[in-house]
Amino acid sequence: MQSTTEGQARSTNGPAQLPQTIDTADAMRNPGMELDMDWVLSARANRSAIERRAVTLPGRRSVKKEYQAAWLARAISCIDLTTLAGDDTEGRVRRLCAKARQPVRADLLEAIGLPGLTTGAVCVYHDMVATAHDALQGSGIPVAAVSTGFPAGLTPFPLRVAEIGESVKAGAEEIDIVITRRHVLQGNWQALYDEMKAFRAACGEAHVKAILATGELGTLQNVARASLVCMMAGADFIKTSTGKESVNATLPVSLVMIRAIRDYHQRTGIRVGYKPAGGISKAKDALVYLSLIKEELGDRWLRPDLFRFGASSLLGDIERQLEHHVTGAYSAAWRHAAS
Amino acid sequence: MSIKDIFETMDYGPAPEAAGDALAWIVDQGSRFGAFINGEFTTPGDTFETINPATGEVLAQVTQASPADVDAAVAAARKAQDGWERLGGKGRARHLYALARLVQKHARLFAVLESLDSGKPIREARDIDVPLVARHFYYHAGMAQLMEAELPGRAAMGVCGQVVPWNFPLLMLAWKIAPALAMGNTVVLKPAEWTSLTALLFADICRQAGLPKGVVNIVTGDGVVGAALVAHDGVDKVAFTGSTEVGRKIREATAGQGKGLTLELGGKSPFVVFEDADLDSAVEGLVDAIWFNGGQVCCAGSRLLVQEGVAERFHEKLKLRMQSLRVGNPLDKCIDVGAIVHPEQLARIKGLVAGSGGVVTQGTAPEGCYYPPTLIEGLEPADPLMQEEIFGPVLVSTTFRTPSEAVALANNTRYGLAASVWSENVNVALDVAPKLVAGVVWVNGTNMFDAAAGFGGVRESGFGREGGWEGLQAYTKPAAKRKALKVAAPVVGEPELPEGLDRTAKLYIGGKQARPDGGYVRHVFGKGGKALGQVGIANRKDLRNAVEAARGAAGWSGATAHNRAQVLYYIAENLEARAEEFAARIDAVTGKGGKAEVEAAVSRLFSYGAWADKFGGDLRQVPMRGMALAVREPVGVVGAFCPDEAPLLGLISVLAPAIAMGNRVVLVAGEAGPLTATDFYQVLDTSDVPGGVVNILTGSHAELAPTMAQHFDIDAVWSFSASDISAVIERESAASLKRTWVNNGLVTDWDTAEGRAFLEQATEVKTVWVPYGA
Repeated sequence: MQSTTEGQARSTNGPAQLPQTIDTADAMRNPGMELDMDWVLSARANRSAIERRAVTLPGRRSVKKEYQAAWLARAISCIDLTTLAGDDTEGRVRRLCAKARQPVRADLLEAIGLPGLTTGAVCVYHDMVATAHDALQGSGIPVAAVSTGFPAGLTPFPLRVAEIGESVKAGAEEIDIVITRRHVLQGNWQALYDEMKAFRAACGEAHVKAILATGELGTLQNVARASLVCMMAGADFIKTSTGKESVNATLPVSLVMIRAIRDYHQRTGIRVGYKPAGGISKAKDALVYLSLIKEELGDRWLRPDLFRFGASSLLGDIERQLEHHVTGAYSAAWRHAAS
Repeated sequence: MSIKDIFETMDYGPAPEAAGDALAWIVDQGSRFGAFINGEFTTPGDTFETINPATGEVLAQVTQASPADVDAAVAAARKAQDGWERLGGKGRARHLYALARLVQKHARLFAVLESLDSGKPIREARDIDVPLVARHFYYHAGMAQLMEAELPGRAAMGVCGQVVPWNFPLLMLAWKIAPALAMGNTVVLKPAEWTSLTALLFADICRQAGLPKGVVNIVTGDGVVGAALVAHDGVDKVAFTGSTEVGRKIREATAGQGKGLTLELGGKSPFVVFEDADLDSAVEGLVDAIWFNGGQVCCAGSRLLVQEGVAERFHEKLKLRMQSLRVGNPLDKCIDVGAIVHPEQLARIKGLVAGSGGVVTQGTAPEGCYYPPTLIEGLEPADPLMQEEIFGPVLVSTTFRTPSEAVALANNTRYGLAASVWSENVNVALDVAPKLVAGVVWVNGTNMFDAAAGFGGVRESGFGREGGWEGLQAYTKPAAKRKALKVAAPVVGEPELPEGLDRTAKLYIGGKQARPDGGYVRHVFGKGGKALGQVGIANRKDLRNAVEAARGAAGWSGATAHNRAQVLYYIAENLEARAEEFAARIDAVTGKGGKAEVEAAVSRLFSYGAWADKFGGDLRQVPMRGMALAVREPVGVVGAFCPDEAPLLGLISVLAPAIAMGNRVVLVAGEAGPLTATDFYQVLDTSDVPGGVVNILTGSHAELAPTMAQHFDIDAVWSFSASDISAVIERESAASLKRTWVNNGLVTDWDTAEGRAFLEQATEVKTVWVPYGA
């Protein structure tokens, strides 16, 4: 089989422990591999066909009643509850962390049989990491820090690497780095690979999510190639956007990125996570994303270790939908705790 | 399962569409349906059950229309036709608009009813079939509005007998009824016996829309009813979508009746994946190609051809995708593949796959009238399943090495309905698309349809187009009345040698003069019985040789339009240089008018020289980012019986449009003045016409007609003969399903027989869909 042969060829070049089967790799972090330019340049993304798939997907899958409630709870468990604003304060972040611990009113969680449900993580700027870390003590909820000169990623390279170290030291278990878009736009894949590899090394034990800022990459083909390069350089997650670009997470972009993840898994046996961020604010959208992941990657990815939503207002809509499920009456925002 | 459990399993759970309203509609109608004739439902007669294939439950009783019902429906349509046509295009546009609106208002009812009756997933009925139905009526409301302005000189055909299949019951109804009504025709439509209900709901909608009585009539029943309808004397035009086998029977049954006929038949459409394609998207394309409507689609991409370098990876991706296809209850909104339409069809699919070689991979399907998504690898072109239409969710696959091999394998089929090409390289995609023998080609896509884009096939996939301007050809005819063609008694005289040195007129095959195979000649006499010479009598072997020569001259079809125009002008130049000689020859046969006829012939050559580079097709406004190109392609090898009147002008009028559009021709000269044709060889010889592009035989039309109509390597046969050969040509063309264009014994005015009518017959519209996006 061609793909196996290629996979083996890679495993001899790359890290020796690259596993070939899915099961042994289940809990394994992406160790990365040598930059394989043949693979990168063979990536294709046909925009029209991808958009067609994206447009029809919501009509192909539908989740109702208790299934919908369960799926929405699953969505909550995968949210990186986020605040990334210039006016963030310790108070604001503590409020957010409290919401992460108790994302839905206790009586509602009780009613659906999922007391103790929390969000996947809390995502903040470096300056707020210590506050968040403190506020989440004992909850098991990790703190994610955006880093490397977020959102543009154009501060001096040594500072970007140092910033990662500072956030890890302050208690961040997950680091959301931004790539240098210029490397993609100029086709400088080696530079992108090297940069990503350095970021990954700086993270140490902390997991690293690579933000591609897809809204600034110009084409879906660039998105596909950048996804592969970042995975080859050891990204644990690939993530669409900072939330600051004019276009953030979309279904077509998601399709391209998760197909790259699938390809990477098929060829290396390693599972890389996916995080769409920005613009996902409705419970219905969350269901579509979950079904997209289920269809294209499979059930294993429907867990917070492999899937996250980067979102700030999504949770509010899900809370209202859950209350509707429990009571049968349409809900209102004021019935749920603010973050 | 508790929410907590589902939280872990992340199953989809049931998401059923409610069927209550649709079932209530059936009950409201008494659960027994008569035919819909002259604006009313008849009292149900002998009825049969229509079942929900997903459950086996009986949905309703439907009437097996009697011969009297068919007569009554045709009579009602006939009675209504004149008034409907006189209403004018703008008046009809309002009715079609109302039908479109009502289809939209009752969209969910139509969708659920369709899913119940046919087993197709509710998603497809709701998101694809019904929206396309509404779109078809809107589009043709526009065509009605524009008819008088844009189609001057065209009139309705009259009463249309239409027979539609069970795979897209309502959509095919719309494709048949909308253009017919727009152009002022009235219709009698027969839905497939397994799926009559949406047609009956449509009848109900016609009443609500206030459509005049008799404009739309629906007769239900089995193939017997369909056979009675298409053969009915009172029907002027027959349109059929269904199997190639039945299409052939209809061709035979209607031969010589003077009816218009369009057939949209089977297919085994290739799905070609090049190594530089977006493989994931191509896999998803295959899902839409072969698992759309359970593969029960005439244009299903059922033959996968993958370039060798990516074949293994592509098949792995495909098999992975097959695992996540959900087969089951058609009314569930999470279902990808619904029920097979009927246990009979299921048995047929099972039988075909059971007899197959190759490596079979299948997904899963529930018990009952379901069949799992199936892939069969390792078949060679010679395997029957690579050639036979399965009409189920079964994909066969093989590999290719080069673009030219892909084209050769793709075209290695009796069919020619549709094709998909997947490549990110615009050079590859746009080079391959025109070479695929198909009426529709999708580049990096599949199963895209729109009312503005023509749909239809070539070869045994049938003829005629539905949708677009070309679709209106089938539902209109020239408004001018045509008289019967008088057959002049053959002139007989004394077989004596004409004055001067003896000349031997031969046949013209492959750019050379050839003696007739049979070795026989006949005498030709001019006006008053004067002996003019002898001509060879071509037989079937001469015809075979001529067709071989024409087939071999394929380069002509690829020549530039400018180049073809240059040749036509050159013929004109050389003809005019010998004007006096030709005029004298014509005068000798007809007595007068030779000079004027030569002038007209030269002018005609000029006209088609002019047309050669101006009839290439156009761009269609379809709802997509991309281009839908309606490309005018040459039909291929055209055989034609030239008129007996106008020996030179008739010959030129047939030859010039055909070769201007890139066809190669085998002409049989008119029987009255064949020496004009044989003289013309020398004009061709001196005009840079490549050998084999024009082949001319002399001989008996009646003798050659069946051979020509049967010949599998001729793509179209035209006849303007005074001999009574229209019926035999239509009948004998049934085996190959080649296009025919015959005069039905009616006269053609050769002074004016020029232009679009001929160009349209000389070309096939191929719709090439090219979605794009950086």
